Amino acid sequence: MKYLLMICGDETAEAHANDGCGGWSEEMESRGVVEGGAGLRPPAEATTVRVRDEQLLLTDGPFAETKEQIGGFVLINCADLDEAIEIAAKHPAAGYGTIEIRPVLGPPEVV
Amino acid sequence: MTFEEIYRQEWGQVVATLIRVTGDWELAEECAQEAFAAALERWPRVGVPDKPGAWLTTTARNRAIDWLRREAVGAAKLKEVAAMGSESEPAYDVPDDRLRLMFTCCHPALAMEARVALTLRTLAGLSTADIARAFLVPETTMSKRLTRAKQKIQNAGIPYRVPPAHLLPERTPAVLAVLYLLFNEGYSDVVRSSLSSEAIRLARLLVQLMPDEPEPAGLLALMLLHDARRDTRLSADGVLVTLEDQDRTRWDHTQITEGERVLESALGRGVPGPYQIQAAIAACHATARTACDTDWPQIAALYGQLKQTPVVALNRAVAIGMADGPAVGLRLVDELAAGPLAGYHLLPATRADFLRRLGRSAEAAESYQQALALAATDAERGYLQRRLAEVSV
Repeated sequence: MKYLLMICGDETAEAHANDGCGGWSEEMESRGVVEGGAGLRPPAEATTVRVRDEQLLLTDGPFAETKEQIGGFVLINCADLDEAIEIAAKHPAAGYGTIEIRPVLGPPEVV
Repeated sequence: MTFEEIYRQEWGQVVATLIRVTGDWELAEECAQEAFAAALERWPRVGVPDKPGAWLTTTARNRAIDWLRREAVGAAKLKEVAAMGSESEPAYDVPDDRLRLMFTCCHPALAMEARVALTLRTLAGLSTADIARAFLVPETTMSKRLTRAKQKIQNAGIPYRVPPAHLLPERTPAVLAVLYLLFNEGYSDVVRSSLSSEAIRLARLLVQLMPDEPEPAGLLALMLLHDARRDTRLSADGVLVTLEDQDRTRWDHTQITEGERVLESALGRGVPGPYQIQAAIAACHATARTACDTDWPQIAALYGQLKQTPVVALNRAVAIGMADGPAVGLRLVDELAAGPLAGYHLLPATRADFLRRLGRSAEAAESYQQALALAATDAERGYLQRRLAEVSV
């Protein structure tokens, strides 16, 4: 199963932006469960895009003005939700922010 | 055995087995339903087979194979299902299937209300309509809740298994919490008492499936000991009767003896836990011949072993007050008044009781009035009114 780990935090989480992951990445790489991921620049530097009636609409900032914002993401491939939970719980950001685990939509079934 | 009894005994096992072999919760439930319908049609004519559970599982499996053929799913899946038990003994009663189902229904990634509903539907075999009625929601709402939960299990990859040993310390309490909530839903409301019986039945099953774990047995003992007093908690006109005034001859003493026995063997393992401790407290009450014989020092000590939540602290204050005198109890209750219990009706009600015992009637009346304003049910208000009248003369 593939899951996206969305690493979220409030503005205080920015202090951790350059912390690294304290061995988490190395462990997960060696287990072969990580398929990709990155940390993100702060939401203040985001640009939001919509196209309505063929009009390009741009907004400065993130798509939702919530207290918690996505600060990074990791795509993992593991056995099941229990393993995904274990992987997420080990991530240092789980200790100060929030990690949302979302199952990735599979390719459309071939009939 | 009546058909109803067979249904209640076998439903969970049939569904649990079918989920394991098909990996499809909806299909498993539908096929189980069809198998029971076939049995209801056939058994009155030809008699109940020797092993009704095995017959039902085989029938349900055959329905699943038919369905999978019709839907032309992958040949591999079909072969897997067909291989299950084939013609001889079907793979029935794999001991772990119902335990798998229980842990999966109670997975902490599901919302609590979904866990409760799923457990009642897939494991206990209650109809969606019955569950909806028990939780006072429209049947469509309950049906959606169940569908969403099953979809999450399937799409989010919640594994269908008994968790490995290192996860059991956090996952077993999750199962126990669902069963205890179910019990309390039924215990707090006379109309829904069937939920309590269901919780006891499932706890018995859990104890049978996890014989080496003392906390499931602790929970079963706790439920049995509380449930033994069920009929004496309200007077004929629906007013709350406190432990002190309950007619102890009307308690279910067979059930109390069973509760004690279950608790004793659990405690014998030497790994106490919150359910065993609460059961020990319930046992102190259930085995006291009269209210005066209650071993309050022991109860106070047991409350001291539980995690000190505000409600536990209040109960402990009551026990200490009963052991060491109402003045001591009153002081402890007053210490709690500033905390998070403000607004909880049992705080002024407890305070009022201690004041009444101290003969401070005017203050007691004032506290009973405060409790009355906060109490949520007619049964509680009825009791408080009676006490208020007593101290107001």
